Amino acid sequence: MTSPLVAQNITVKFGGLTAVNDVSFDIPEGKIVSLIGPNGAGKTTFFNVLTGLYKPTSGTVHFGDRDITATPPHKIAQGGLARTFQNIRLFGLMTAEENVMVAMHSHLKSGILATVFGTPRQRREEKTAHEDAKELLDFVGLGKWSREYARNLSYGDQRRLEVARALALKPKVLLLDEPTAGMNPQESKTFIDFVYRVRDEKKVSILLIEHDMSVVMSVSERVTVLDQGEKIAEGTPAQIKSNQRVIEAYLGKAKGEKA
Amino acid sequence: MAMSKVKKPVKPAASQRTWAIGFIIAAVVMWTFYTFIMFRLPYQVQTIFQNWLPPTKLNEAMVWVICALGLNIVVGYAGLLDLGFVAFWAIGGYSAGWFMSAFFRQVNWHVFSTVEPTLPGIHISFWGVIFIGGLICAFFGIVIGAPTLRLKSDYLALVTLGFGEIIPQVFTNGENIAGFNMSNGTKGISPVDNIGVPGRALGPFDFSWKFTIFALLTAMMVFISLRLRTGRLGRAWLAIREDELAASMMGVPLMRTKLAAYSVGAFTGGIGGVAFATHVNGVFADRFNFSISIILLAMVVLGGMGNVWGVMVGALVIAWVNSTGLQAMGDLVNTSLHTSINFPSYNFVLFGGVLIFMMLFKREGLIPESRLKAIMHEGDDASANLEGHH
Ligand SMILES: Nc1ncnc2c1ncn2[C@@H]1O[C@H](COP(=O)(O)OP(=O)(O)OP(=O)(O)O)[C@@H](O)[C@H]1O
Ligand SMILES: [Mg+2]
Repeated sequence: MTSPLVAQNITVKFGGLTAVNDVSFDIPEGKIVSLIGPNGAGKTTFFNVLTGLYKPTSGTVHFGDRDITATPPHKIAQGGLARTFQNIRLFGLMTAEENVMVAMHSHLKSGILATVFGTPRQRREEKTAHEDAKELLDFVGLGKWSREYARNLSYGDQRRLEVARALALKPKVLLLDEPTAGMNPQESKTFIDFVYRVRDEKKVSILLIEHDMSVVMSVSERVTVLDQGEKIAEGTPAQIKSNQRVIEAYLGKAKGEKA
Repeated sequence: MAMSKVKKPVKPAASQRTWAIGFIIAAVVMWTFYTFIMFRLPYQVQTIFQNWLPPTKLNEAMVWVICALGLNIVVGYAGLLDLGFVAFWAIGGYSAGWFMSAFFRQVNWHVFSTVEPTLPGIHISFWGVIFIGGLICAFFGIVIGAPTLRLKSDYLALVTLGFGEIIPQVFTNGENIAGFNMSNGTKGISPVDNIGVPGRALGPFDFSWKFTIFALLTAMMVFISLRLRTGRLGRAWLAIREDELAASMMGVPLMRTKLAAYSVGAFTGGIGGVAFATHVNGVFADRFNFSISIILLAMVVLGGMGNVWGVMVGALVIAWVNSTGLQAMGDLVNTSLHTSINFPSYNFVLFGGVLIFMMLFKREGLIPESRLKAIMHEGDDASANLEGHH
């Protein structure tokens, strides 16, 4: 089995705080895997290392056969690693369609002069980009909101738009940081089906950070548990459910968390 | 027109067309009036127009519009606070001084120029010089932008502020740089060649032609701004303005994209500078002061950052108040109330006030897009966006 994304011995320190401690991790091709753990376990920090936002204190990240540990974020994204954000980070005063098209930036070629003069190539490129954006918005069920400002969309729709935007990068790997946060159980259920569709139709491997255990257990083929920056368990959902350390980590920390 | 737009949402393309037609009609009406009608009117009526809307100030206002549109790309589109835009205006002006006058009298170099071929100096056609001036500015934009655009936006504001102070100083003291006179110091460079149009050179008082040319330049800058906005780069600029981090996570190279905004803005500022030099028929170092940067910023903010037509209207309004309106209204007040307040001296209180008021209460600008207006005033979280982005 090949792994498009492999992180080895990642450690991240913020001053005296070790947010991620010697974690190794890989995302298998075409699979949906999850990263769980109590608040402050270091999940988002780990994401930020994978996407190049933080440079790890030690350890390496390989994407395909490239070492991307020190690669700038936009290059990593262009290479096919896309993400969503725990706290939605859309371009609020741009339309849904434009949000998606921003992520096509690196696939498009037109420069300043071509854009000003509207060369045939530029027009063709824009036309295709609009069509692709339309298709992606339809795919996530936002087709009719394409001309609406992202800020005006409902919470759930904003989450979907983030996924559509990430998919516009044509990624090989998609990282979703708590995509169901703030959704009700019904919405979460639909979201699970949606994640399957994304994987199958867009041919991406997916890494999911999730607090909602029902989502995690039903959708993941492998679950990795972080606690205080350390990887304390990894296995199938069934294995994780019965893992003593995991139960302790959650019982010890769970304060108003769904566990 | 603006009122009806607020009520029912207009498709973007349709509203663009309305504005474009409005601009053309306004330009044609103005042109016709000042070319054919004005001088037939009774003397008293002519005086009123001379006091309230002198044609030369109309031309000058269009120079302001051009520069404001350039700054709009930097501040309004890409969200990069530039407090030294006057530098590009100055560099554009001196490009006209260098390449359209007898200043370099040791050479005699004429390129498509309409001036006397025996006249010494470099004399390149206005149409060439606007591009040369624009390119020189774009070059300086890259030189100053490359090291500073990495910095956080607050530092960028400071560096551009310094840049806007230094460049005019360089020109003011540029009379003897290692024996080379690059700017003629405080004396400035004058006269600058008149704009050549087919068949002849324009005289300094040839209002109609200059109006046409400046209106065309303005239209060109509007067109360029709108084209860029809807394209790949414009989207990336707005994305950076909205959320720089998210933009980079979507594959947008921050440095290159910001540099592009900065150099296009600088290019436009250069065109404005060249146009201004031909308008005042010279370049004078002491004209390029900090206040120009602030007035331009007020124009962009008043018009609604990123909104091309809004910025144009904002620029026209402020340029008029600055050059004519404050004086004319002040005279009116003074004569009717028998006071002697020097109104124009309060212009910076006014523009500073405009900046503060707009940022606090009407961030979407004077003429917002309808949807934008709705968003900006939903709840109080609008203020959270005021500070720009971390
Ligand atoms: N930029 C930073 N500077 C300093 N400390 C940080 C930074 N980012 C994260 N941390 C700290 O690192 C630890 C891990 O945070 P992280 O956000 O990765 O947790 P998480 O597992 O995503 O938690 P949650 O479930 O709440 O999202 C926390 O103690 C956090 O305060
Ligand atoms: Mg997190």
